[in-house]
Amino acid sequence: MIASQIQDGLVLTKRSLLRIPRVPETLMFATIQPILFVFLFAYVFGGAVPIPGGGDYKEFLLPGIFVQTVSFATATTAVGLAEDMSKGLVDRFRSLPIARSAVLVGRTTADLVLNVFIMFVMTICGLLVGWRVHTDAAHVAEAYVLIALLSLAMSWIGALIGMSVRSPEVASSAGIIWLFPVTFVSNAFVPTQHMPGWLRVIAEWNPVSSFCAAARDLFGNPNPFLGDSLPGRHPVAVSWAWLVVLFVVFVPLAVRRYRLATSR
Amino acid sequence: MTHAIEVEGLVKHYGEVKALDGIDLAVPEGTVLALLGPNGAGKTTAVRILTTLLRPDAGRAMVAGIDVLAEPARVRPLIGLSGQSAAVDERLTGRENLVMFGRLYRLDKATATGRAAELLERFGLSDAATRVVQTYSGGMRRRLDLAAALVVSPPVIFLDEPTTGLDPRARADMWEVIAELVAAGSTVLLTTQYLEEADRLADTIAVVDHGRVIAEGTADELKARIGGETLEVVVATDDELPVAQKVLASVSGSEPVVDRHTRRVQVPVGTGVAALVETVRRLADEQVTVLDVALHRPTLDDVFLTLTGHAAEDADSSQPAGTAAEVSS
Ligand SMILES: Nc1ncnc2c1ncn2[C@@H]1O[C@H](COP(=O)(O)OP(=O)(O)OP(=O)(O)O)[C@@H](O)[C@H]1O
Ligand SMILES: [Mg+2]
Repeated sequence: MIASQIQDGLVLTKRSLLRIPRVPETLMFATIQPILFVFLFAYVFGGAVPIPGGGDYKEFLLPGIFVQTVSFATATTAVGLAEDMSKGLVDRFRSLPIARSAVLVGRTTADLVLNVFIMFVMTICGLLVGWRVHTDAAHVAEAYVLIALLSLAMSWIGALIGMSVRSPEVASSAGIIWLFPVTFVSNAFVPTQHMPGWLRVIAEWNPVSSFCAAARDLFGNPNPFLGDSLPGRHPVAVSWAWLVVLFVVFVPLAVRRYRLATSR
Repeated sequence: MTHAIEVEGLVKHYGEVKALDGIDLAVPEGTVLALLGPNGAGKTTAVRILTTLLRPDAGRAMVAGIDVLAEPARVRPLIGLSGQSAAVDERLTGRENLVMFGRLYRLDKATATGRAAELLERFGLSDAATRVVQTYSGGMRRRLDLAAALVVSPPVIFLDEPTTGLDPRARADMWEVIAELVAAGSTVLLTTQYLEEADRLADTIAVVDHGRVIAEGTADELKARIGGETLEVVVATDDELPVAQKVLASVSGSEPVVDRHTRRVQVPVGTGVAALVETVRRLADEQVTVLDVALHRPTLDDVFLTLTGHAAEDADSSQPAGTAAEVSS
């Protein structure tokens, strides 16, 4: 039973993966944006942003861009699912004797693979502009796993959005809009020290900040003090906790939405 | 006789719109039921409920002996659905699509691949098997979509407007495929706006309008409901019209209608072919030159018009929902 459910998920993962090279634009734009961010931020803000506690801005920046980029997995997943929905594919899948989670598992897993590839490309770009890691393999690996799982969790949020809005156009805006404030009001691109007091508090508790701080910690990159709060003191532990919360909340919500979904 | 599909009092309202307003259906195993109705009649809604995609507001539905509302998961392995618009992955090839659906029906890889090849062959898509569906014509998509519904030869098959958008040749092919499915023991519920299609394929036709079944029966039964046949003769010259008129009147026992412009004489007849033969013989005796002679049975078009007060194809009629009920009562 479980085995065949996993197989359903794999069949649909394969389907989504097959699509990626057939729509090269998607892959291109999904990769170009983070690359642009790496170069723009590194060279435009590079010298202008002082890092409290010292350190190189590019080394500070890269983990932030990693986290920001994988957050946009939400939009990728939302659009993909909304497209399937509007084409009637979701209806067809729902009429098949497959696991209720299979369509979402397939889509989110394929988007995870896509994002791992994008992380790989970004790592190369990062190394080109002078980003380095300064810890052992175990810490570096933990950082990558943490970011990859964040990507997966964000995809599940996207799954819920995609199943709720139904039209790909709406899904694309609904999947992205809120990510700008969420990723920018954080320590992803600039240290929170320069923000006004109230904004700084928001940024401090923003999960995006926890993930950025955790990644910086694990990579051994400059990591300005976020604050004397729980996420400020234990970013890695807090990030893991966030992951658990995101999965526990959004996976069941998205699956439930799928079960109830109707295309019209 | 066991029923593959049984529906009782199915109701589905969308706000003010009564998509289904109490539908009863019973489809014996191994037969074809056609839901015939104009746009917005509720055909798709009925199919969606029976294929577990939509929950009705009220009513009961059994498919292959299983309660669709109580145990949808047990119904799904037993049905195949080809929806109104082709639902296949445009970015995959025809073969990849069919293999995927086979795998989702839990066939192993080799079986799924073999079955895909078989179906591609059967539906004339072998040449296009390795092309992405995006490059297919509408008819090819439609056929691929139907093939996807048949990967496991399910016992009950739902086809929502299976031939809409197909050219006459492809439509005839599709009819053949459907006939084969039934010959192999499947039960088919199909929806259509084409009277000819219902006439040709269905054992039973349920005429649906405004969410209700307003008439049900075989094509012949439905036609019989609106009366018998019409005998029609076209003669060569105006002078022959009175003679033809006299002959037809005497054969049928009622007064013919004469159209002088087209030199056509028409009369309702109760005895069908016998009347036709008699007429031709008598006209020959009278030395009348007959240009055309025909025996018209009422078409389903006539049936539809009589039953609903509007033609089958005249899109979403703006009539109030009450009209259909009045006509049927
Ligand atoms: N999700 C929905 N929300 C609101 N109204 C709906 C919805 N789905 C269907 N309807 C309405 O229900 C009625 C029946 O629709 P349905 O799709 O079942 O018709 P149909 O017989 O399949 O028509 P067609 O021949 O055009 O496919 C229509 O008036 C339609 O507008
Ligand atoms: Mg329809």
